[in-house]
Amino acid sequence: MGERPPVDYIARTREQYARLGYDDYRWAERPDTPPWTPLAKPVAEANLALVASGGAYLRGQVAFHWQDDTGIRLVPSDQPASDVRVTHFAYDLVPAREDPNIVFPVDRLRELVDDGTLGSLAPQAVACMGGIYSVRRAEQELAPAVVEAVSGMDGPSVDLVLLVPV
Amino acid sequence: MGLVARALEAAGFPTLCLTAAHSITAAVNPPRAAFVDLPLGHTAGRPHEPEFQREVLRRALAAAETIEIPGTIVDTGMVWSDDDSWKDEATSGLNNGVNSAEGDSRRARVGEPQYQFEEDRVAADAG
Repeated sequence: MGERPPVDYIARTREQYARLGYDDYRWAERPDTPPWTPLAKPVAEANLALVASGGAYLRGQVAFHWQDDTGIRLVPSDQPASDVRVTHFAYDLVPAREDPNIVFPVDRLRELVDDGTLGSLAPQAVACMGGIYSVRRAEQELAPAVVEAVSGMDGPSVDLVLLVPV
Repeated sequence: MGLVARALEAAGFPTLCLTAAHSITAAVNPPRAAFVDLPLGHTAGRPHEPEFQREVLRRALAAAETIEIPGTIVDTGMVWSDDDSWKDEATSGLNNGVNSAEGDSRRARVGEPQYQFEEDRVAADAG
């Protein structure tokens, strides 16, 4: 990390909500030991699926909306990132629209396959929206949709999922 | 995304969460995480810097192999620049980066599709 500690977004949100007179936001807290599936093969042999919550979609797809959209969009992994659009209510879209790889790094992942760092890419990446206000809806709607998409991916089974939030 | 990672892992898929929000990730406690000290909206690196972006991913993928204890967050060492002053302006991902004292500066959370280009709307409607 940098010379200064990481930005504490939980504390900053609390301060901002208090200033606005809103109730405190309850971030998801899961102090239990997380579920665990060991890697079955080294990354250099692994088939990787990208899941990114920056709000990416392709021309021809219905764009995400900004009110707790728990849907997903499947984007072919061989699609250049320059063809990817992004929409989101919560971050500065200008840099991501100039270079979608900063929130949806498919070009870079393909290059890592080419140079042998990574085994292969699953044929589709899963795009979704972060900032789902309701933890319940993230768990009961978004998470199962992503699991289903990764489970049903064409080609070899997925050995590793890389999640890229914004 | 930590909740999604936990669900994937429970379904039998190993996961690695890249994260620029250390406190949020620590709270939701996903199986494996790799921290990058970058502004929100830039989790996978600086724009138009492919080698920097590849290095973010290389270090994240290395973390996927080395983490052995569930709930570990590895620091990748990737930083925005030598100058940390961007942290003065950084605010939660629940707003759009404007730390306004006057009111709620977030974009309206509208329930209609929000297209990047009007032609995207036309293409989607035709589809």
